[in-house]
Amino acid sequence: MSELTISRRGLLAGSALLLASTALPTIGLAQTPKKGGRLIVAADSEPRNLNPAIVASNGVFFISSKIVETLAEAAFDGKEGLQPRLALSWERAADGLSVTFKLRDGVKWHDGKPFTSADVAFSALQIWKPLQNLGRTVFKDLEAVDTPDDLTAIFKFAKPTPFQLIRNALPALSSVVPKHLYEVGKIEENPANNAPVGTGPFKFAEYKAGQYYRLTRNDAYWGKDEPYLDEIVYQVLPDRTSAAAALEAEEIQLAAFSAVPLADLDRISKVPGLKVITKGYEGLTYQLVVEINHRRKELADLKVRQAIAHAIDKDFVVKTIFLGYAATATGPVPKNDPQFYTADVPTYPFDIAKANALLDEAGYKRADDGKRFALKLLPAPYFNETKQFGDYLRQALAAIGIDAEIVNNDSAAHIKAVYTDHAFDLAVGPPVFRGDPAISTTILVQSGIPDGVPFSNQGGYKNAELDALIAKASETLDTAARTELYKEFQKKVAADLPLINVAEWSFISVARETVGNIANNPRWAVSNWADTYLAG
Amino acid sequence: MTRALRLLRRRVVGSVFVLLIVVIGSFLLLEAAPGDAVDAYIVSTGGDAGMIELLRHRWGLDQSELTRLANYLWALLHLDLGHSVTFSRPIREIIFERLPTTLILMGSATALSFGLGSALGIYAGARPGSVRDRFLSIGSLALYAVPGFWLGLVLIVIFAVDLRWLPIGGIETIAAGKTGVARVADIAIHLVLPVSALGFIYLALYLRMMRAGMAEAWRQDFILAARARGLPRRRIVFAHVARNALLPLVTMLGLQSAQMLGGSVVIESVFAVPGLGRLAQEAVAGRDTPLLLGIILVSAVLVVVINLLVDLAYAVLDPRVGAGEASA
Repeated sequence: MSELTISRRGLLAGSALLLASTALPTIGLAQTPKKGGRLIVAADSEPRNLNPAIVASNGVFFISSKIVETLAEAAFDGKEGLQPRLALSWERAADGLSVTFKLRDGVKWHDGKPFTSADVAFSALQIWKPLQNLGRTVFKDLEAVDTPDDLTAIFKFAKPTPFQLIRNALPALSSVVPKHLYEVGKIEENPANNAPVGTGPFKFAEYKAGQYYRLTRNDAYWGKDEPYLDEIVYQVLPDRTSAAAALEAEEIQLAAFSAVPLADLDRISKVPGLKVITKGYEGLTYQLVVEINHRRKELADLKVRQAIAHAIDKDFVVKTIFLGYAATATGPVPKNDPQFYTADVPTYPFDIAKANALLDEAGYKRADDGKRFALKLLPAPYFNETKQFGDYLRQALAAIGIDAEIVNNDSAAHIKAVYTDHAFDLAVGPPVFRGDPAISTTILVQSGIPDGVPFSNQGGYKNAELDALIAKASETLDTAARTELYKEFQKKVAADLPLINVAEWSFISVARETVGNIANNPRWAVSNWADTYLAG
Repeated sequence: MTRALRLLRRRVVGSVFVLLIVVIGSFLLLEAAPGDAVDAYIVSTGGDAGMIELLRHRWGLDQSELTRLANYLWALLHLDLGHSVTFSRPIREIIFERLPTTLILMGSATALSFGLGSALGIYAGARPGSVRDRFLSIGSLALYAVPGFWLGLVLIVIFAVDLRWLPIGGIETIAAGKTGVARVADIAIHLVLPVSALGFIYLALYLRMMRAGMAEAWRQDFILAARARGLPRRRIVFAHVARNALLPLVTMLGLQSAQMLGGSVVIESVFAVPGLGRLAQEAVAGRDTPLLLGIILVSAVLVVVINLLVDLAYAVLDPRVGAGEASA
């Protein structure tokens, strides 16, 4: 029985990490870009809604980002880690109450109508703010969008909103859809949600349920000489093993988002004509965390949490479970984040003796059978790696006398058990880091979140000091001061362990060597592929 | 033919109750599974409390189970299968789009396992205990013991990846725009591997049943009589031994059709065939109750119809069937 095909990438919503990488990746052979051709890509899921303005998630972006564009995209070397798309520049007012976007001239929708600031205003106010899974947070104070002319959109906020947060949110949260198609009828039921119309380099052509999506070249695209490809076809391959086979059989040319399992990479990298690429996902970092239910009296004790942290051999996890395609974590912000990460936090080196001593100190002595207490452990089923880490954690806990019982669920049941019913003691989760703590990692720590909100603090953890810190950072306008607050946040989290961060990982692409311009931005798989080409 | 009609009438009346029980049972089972369609959906999007509440309301999940069941049955009475939340499309449309694929796959696989299985069974059963009999019995049993997905993967590696004779999956070449005979040929080529994987596994059942039935028949008095009369061996094998052994196989064919639907879930996933089995799996993962109920209903109707056909075939093959009711 193949596993239920919940999309690995789909799980967590889009991210916008801005990586000021020092060097551009030099991927592929020295080929000159060539026009034409059909790129066939593996897809492992079929999103029910292809509108990225409503559903800002990687599963949707993977297809829709080629059709519908955002105001800006992440870049390795652009100013503030961004490169312009539909917006050419963004400027904030000193009071933090407004941001002015200058828009690109001469852009046309796929149906020929001109793109204007009215489309931006409509998307922001009617879709991002009220309907979008992430926009509901970032744009909650957005009051109005003024459009003095066709190429200027001024976002007005009711409360000062950090410019840094707005910038970090642009690549994932600012998909612009055409007002003239969406202003009639209910937005959620608009037919364009399943056959998107945008300004991007590719037009939506066709969808055969269970088989494929087909996009065709937008001849009127604003990018000079772009796009290179004539067509992109997403072939639906629900079984994890089939993407590797399809690549080998030359039926597809690209498998992104680790569609080829880690265990197969070693073999596949030796197949002539195929290349394994680990770049291009710097902005899509997933964090392997142990979620803790602080309602359990034993786990409410900091010493017990420290003991668990000391019992986990992070290096072993990275080497054995991730086969080296990951990094060990020190705290709630991943190491590869250029803006917020600090290494200056309390750490918990692998030390069984110390862990045992901490548990003894806490008063949980070993019983005659060598066990101190028992726990329920729920590994998230979305990734092979989260399941494998669950098995590892059970053994690691056994070494310090904690008897963990693994409870396996499918995705829907796991979400319900952990985030609504709180029927867990420890859970293994893969939250995504979205380039800004305000829209990612803080939600796992902050208290007062209603029951049922997924990927949030549902472990009953409450720390007034941390709550105050998070609240303060969310309204601090000065970028340097805001960054400092989040460094403080990392220190406090690592000290008090509301959750345990174990590792950080991104995805891997496997492609035929003929595919050019892969991985040239930190969100490549979910960017517009205007310059991607097929050589030879 | 009145015999057949009586059988038909009785079956149709009985089927309605069977289907009602199937629907209510499946509904309750799926409701008992933890998590609902919104839980399954937010796995891929995340979202805040307000969005989740909005979705539950829009998808009608804030109503009680009883209300939803009643609504579903009421709609069903009007032949309306409802609306799928995971696909945001009418369920009838989704199912009938995929049904032909599954029917072709199942039909071809059944034909393969039944045809080849009974033929090999006759070959083995013609001389029970011979070397060829033992070889075939062991070989088919080994195939039967192999998990479907594994057989599928092995076939893919050999015939699609290494030899590149056949496509690795799908029902036809994607976005190729083929029509007419070219399209039929294209679909046929794509079906070779999945049909083999699905069919070979059930082949053993028919082979062994045929063989056992024939071994049994050889010991019957009428065979002894036929031999005493000096009938040619070939005629004894086909007209007397095999025909008698065929009846239980026909029954098996009916029962097997339900099993085949189950097996197609795995095979359709491995070979990326857009059929009902894969749809059912997606419906369960997405907690899409009405969609799953729709699939179960259509499958149940399919199984009932197949079994009805089997009964009719039985009545033709065996004059004793249904005759007893003539006086009733």
